[in-house]
Amino acid sequence: MAQQNNGTKQSHAPKPFWLLAEVTYRCPLHCAFCYNPTDYISHTQNELTTAEWIRALREARQMGALQLGISGGEPLLRDDIEEIVAEAGSLGYYSNLITSGVGLTEKRIAEFKRGGLDHIQLSMHDITKEINNFITDTNTFELKKKVAGMIKDYGYPMVLNVVIHRYNIEHIGEILEMAEAIGANYVELANTQYYGWSLINRSQLMPTREQLDKAEAITNKFRERVGSKMKIYFVVPDYYADRPKKCMNGWGEVFMIVTADGTVLPCHSARVLPGMEFPNVRDGKGLEWMWNESPAFNKYRGDDWMKEPCRSCPDKEKDLGGCRCQSFMLTGDAEMADPVCSLSPTHEVILQAIEDAKNPQLAAQPIVFRNDRNSQKLVNGEARELVERFHALP
Amino acid sequence: MSDKIKSDDVFGLARHYRFQWEEAQQGYVLLYPEGMVKLNGGAGEVIKRLDGNKTVGDIVKELQEAFPGVPDMEADVLAMLQLAHEKAWIALKE
Repeated sequence: MAQQNNGTKQSHAPKPFWLLAEVTYRCPLHCAFCYNPTDYISHTQNELTTAEWIRALREARQMGALQLGISGGEPLLRDDIEEIVAEAGSLGYYSNLITSGVGLTEKRIAEFKRGGLDHIQLSMHDITKEINNFITDTNTFELKKKVAGMIKDYGYPMVLNVVIHRYNIEHIGEILEMAEAIGANYVELANTQYYGWSLINRSQLMPTREQLDKAEAITNKFRERVGSKMKIYFVVPDYYADRPKKCMNGWGEVFMIVTADGTVLPCHSARVLPGMEFPNVRDGKGLEWMWNESPAFNKYRGDDWMKEPCRSCPDKEKDLGGCRCQSFMLTGDAEMADPVCSLSPTHEVILQAIEDAKNPQLAAQPIVFRNDRNSQKLVNGEARELVERFHALP
Repeated sequence: MSDKIKSDDVFGLARHYRFQWEEAQQGYVLLYPEGMVKLNGGAGEVIKRLDGNKTVGDIVKELQEAFPGVPDMEADVLAMLQLAHEKAWIALKE
């Protein structure tokens, strides 16, 4: 990732190198670990039109955006992805389709290739049909293997994303072997972070520290064996780290998301933050104003907003106090040091979560799958017991 | 991977990598799945010339002619290519 200045206000504003287009929140999968908002059902109406997407792509590219992720939900549920891809290609984006594979056909992939799509990131879940189908609450195991073959046949790099949780972490060696067998060039082993649906299901999804250490050791060994033919990213989960992540590489530093209904966000889950008014591409003010001038994008840019212990911390430039959404969801205060940090006055909520995940009673609670019915329930204020520990979840 | 680079070696960009000029950044970038590298001016000038036909020696000569004031051009180019090869941005043509 390109280097940007961090920590202090700059005379020239940073640039949005990465544009994530969350083109729809609709999804045929119902993954228990989905980071989409639990109230997504409230944002599936009024999706941006093709013309609105194309305008957004042009504006962002003019500002210097370079990497484009086309994501969701499942982006392939829209039938205009071909047009969006072709526009991205002609604008010079390096574009990536982030998909579950559901809806990818020979006809569509051929069109994406023609339009200049650079790569396709396919989500995989396990080596077993049982776990794949359980955690996604769908019957998609065979389909994913077929789609992987199609991606390869069309000369695309094979980029796999595997979200890791308690149900598949013990299979990490076999998952890597499967990735090798299907010719993966890049594998992202993304340990579940707890936002949205995964936060509700945290006690059921979180592995133990021992499982995590073992998985990392297996990954390192595998890496040594395969060398440079397969690049493996092992994303360490926050809860088992001492210091928080530098979330999004800094608020409003390199990353911009345009969501399905046009809301423009500095990170995936910023909607949960209270008192924020996020701009919308339909406001007509233009993405440049939104990025540079909007109060929302300036709210946590740099470090003026920090309080102690972050303010005087020698590491504050390194992690910028972690993730504002995580701080808010777990402590009720977005400006609090991320509780993941062992120096945070609220760090005990993380230790408690780790304990909870070992509690057989909590771990045995039924998983709340991401689907329209559950989202509507949460919006309606039913199932309060699932969310009352967390701030800002409906 | 870390074999010494020879003047008759021929390199091209690694598969799936893209190299382009970025107006907004006034510089060359390398793009690949999950990442990008912003190249400094010198590295950009070297990678721009990797067309899968020219040898390393050809490129050194070209750069010496284009930038006559630079001392030790050959050492700079070799060091840059070594790094790019180790990072798998570029690949040897057979």
